[in-house]
Amino acid sequence: MSKVLIIAEHLGGKLNPSTARAVSAAAAVKADAIDVLVLADSVDAVAAEAAKIDGVSRVLTIARAENAHPLAAVLAPQIAKAAAGYSHVFAPSTTFGKDVAPRVAALLGVAQVSDVMSVEGSHTFKRPIYAGNAIVTVEAPAEHAVVATIRTASWPAAATGANSAPIEAVTTDAALPSHTRFVELKQGKSDRPDLQSASKVVSGGRGVGSKENFEIIYKFADRIGAAVGASRAAVDAGYVPNEMQVGQTGKIIAPELYMAIGISGAIQHLTGIKDAGTIVAINKDAEAPIFEVADIGLVGDLFKLIPELEAAI
Amino acid sequence: MKILVGYKRVVDYNVRIQVKPDGTGVVTDGVKLSANPFDDIALEEALRLREKGAADEVVVVGIGPADLTAHLRNGLAMGANRAIHVVTDEAVQPLTAARTLLKLVEKEQPGLVILGKQAIDDDANQTGQMLAALWDRPQATFASKVEIADGKAAVTREVDAGLEVIEAELPAVITTDLRLNEPRFIKLPDIMKAKSKPIDAIEFASLGVESHDHLKTTHYAAPPKRSKGVMVKDAAELVAALKQKGLL
Ligand SMILES: Cc1cc2nc3c(=O)[nH]c(=O)nc-3n(C[C@H](O)[C@H](O)[C@H](O)COP(=O)(O)OP(=O)(O)OC[C@H]3O[C@@H](n4cnc5c(N)ncnc54)[C@H](O)[C@@H]3O)c2cc1C
Repeated sequence: MSKVLIIAEHLGGKLNPSTARAVSAAAAVKADAIDVLVLADSVDAVAAEAAKIDGVSRVLTIARAENAHPLAAVLAPQIAKAAAGYSHVFAPSTTFGKDVAPRVAALLGVAQVSDVMSVEGSHTFKRPIYAGNAIVTVEAPAEHAVVATIRTASWPAAATGANSAPIEAVTTDAALPSHTRFVELKQGKSDRPDLQSASKVVSGGRGVGSKENFEIIYKFADRIGAAVGASRAAVDAGYVPNEMQVGQTGKIIAPELYMAIGISGAIQHLTGIKDAGTIVAINKDAEAPIFEVADIGLVGDLFKLIPELEAAI
Repeated sequence: MKILVGYKRVVDYNVRIQVKPDGTGVVTDGVKLSANPFDDIALEEALRLREKGAADEVVVVGIGPADLTAHLRNGLAMGANRAIHVVTDEAVQPLTAARTLLKLVEKEQPGLVILGKQAIDDDANQTGQMLAALWDRPQATFASKVEIADGKAAVTREVDAGLEVIEAELPAVITTDLRLNEPRFIKLPDIMKAKSKPIDAIEFASLGVESHDHLKTTHYAAPPKRSKGVMVKDAAELVAALKQKGLL
């Protein structure tokens, strides 16, 4: 019998859509129960959202002042305690899940399966290695709980709205450390769609040339209602902030439309967009590797082509 | 303060990985091996902290077969004071690596352990967090800025929402992100100097690390290939193609 505990990711009282994707992965385990655990200082709004996700059996909440910010060292002992009786503990493979889940696994003394792409059996999973250039099938020992992070781009978000799972407050006697403290979160303000869940994404690379030039990318993205992403080179050069990086070490995304503009198509970048529906590449170099994976390619100067695209839409 | 740095050897990031046709692994014969890029960044950060006076000794740690010494020499050439080589022919998974590092931590009593946030072979992104859990110390993962003062580390972390700053009491574990620094290049005289620096070899078996509860990899496959698409000749054709697909 499988019972899955999913660690909810949330920020500012809002549930992150990655949580509903983890629920889809839990459903694939053919779980008899899927419970979502919300750790926060005030849990109500997030718990109410989680309770609406289809397939969720119960929402468990741990409301403590110490849980105001997602510090792995503080959350992990509580999660490890709450995990008792569960066959699986899932977290989304976001920076939140990647930070906290291995700490939970180590406290439970079990290995972790990172970036689950598919569920082949209750203890058998597929995951990418070498920046997605190989896919391995791994088996976790049947006698332990499975701790896993869920590669969000591989899973649709479970539908939401029809369910109203019961919400239960739980208490733990886990001792919480005070050696790690939250100082601040510097968040880029943006009215644009969220990069991780947007159906359209326009990304710019080193070819865009400067922070000022990136306005062209923003303007075009706004025109078609897209989120904006970037290559590592564009982030390193300071054209855009780090949270916009797409790729092996940035965000792994699966929009319906991905437009790579002035991006060469390094394997580390392609890892982040493998699951995109349609990939469009605009690059002045006809030999750029991005054209090997693009569904639609257009060779030319982006500074000339983007205004033309805007005019043609 | 002593800093322990994890220094893993991996297939170079420029190598195009090929899966063996029988699905038993990836081709590693004759393939270029290099330091995990994140570990080079970890070592660079440790060296900079030493140069600023925040640390007095930097120790690189490698876990792997006998021929790992050449790789550890590179770490010494970059500037580490000494190296510890945990010798094993087995592939080491993150939990085992964390348990192994914990043994070394208990022996060496470092004020800081800096590891890469992930190794670019297994892409697991676990070892630092696991070590911090087993050691019961703070973790500051995905670091893009580190400041050490008054027995504390102020670490800026690259998170999905932006940049998060946390404060961790030392000793602590930090894992590096790409923008933390740009590692220095090794100069020829440094390679000569490194030859006289000590590498301490420890048999893995002698550490008494549990390593049974592991993931078993049963199959390797190449990822599904995206087929080559079409080229369009101008902006108007691109817009038409996207409209036809219902994407605009
Ligand atoms: C461990 C590791 C992890 C990494 N992780 C990531 C990651 O997560 N994400 C990521 O993106 N990269 C990552 N990288 C970096 C990656 O290897 C590449 O260096 C990077 O993706 C290159 O970015 P780029 O395509 O913007 O730049 P470049 O490779 O420099 O390409 C710029 C492109 O712009 C084109 N161009 C220039 N001017 C114009 C113009 N006027 N009009 C049209 N086209 C133009 C050029 O022809 C060129 O193809 C990683 C690397 C390492 C080692």
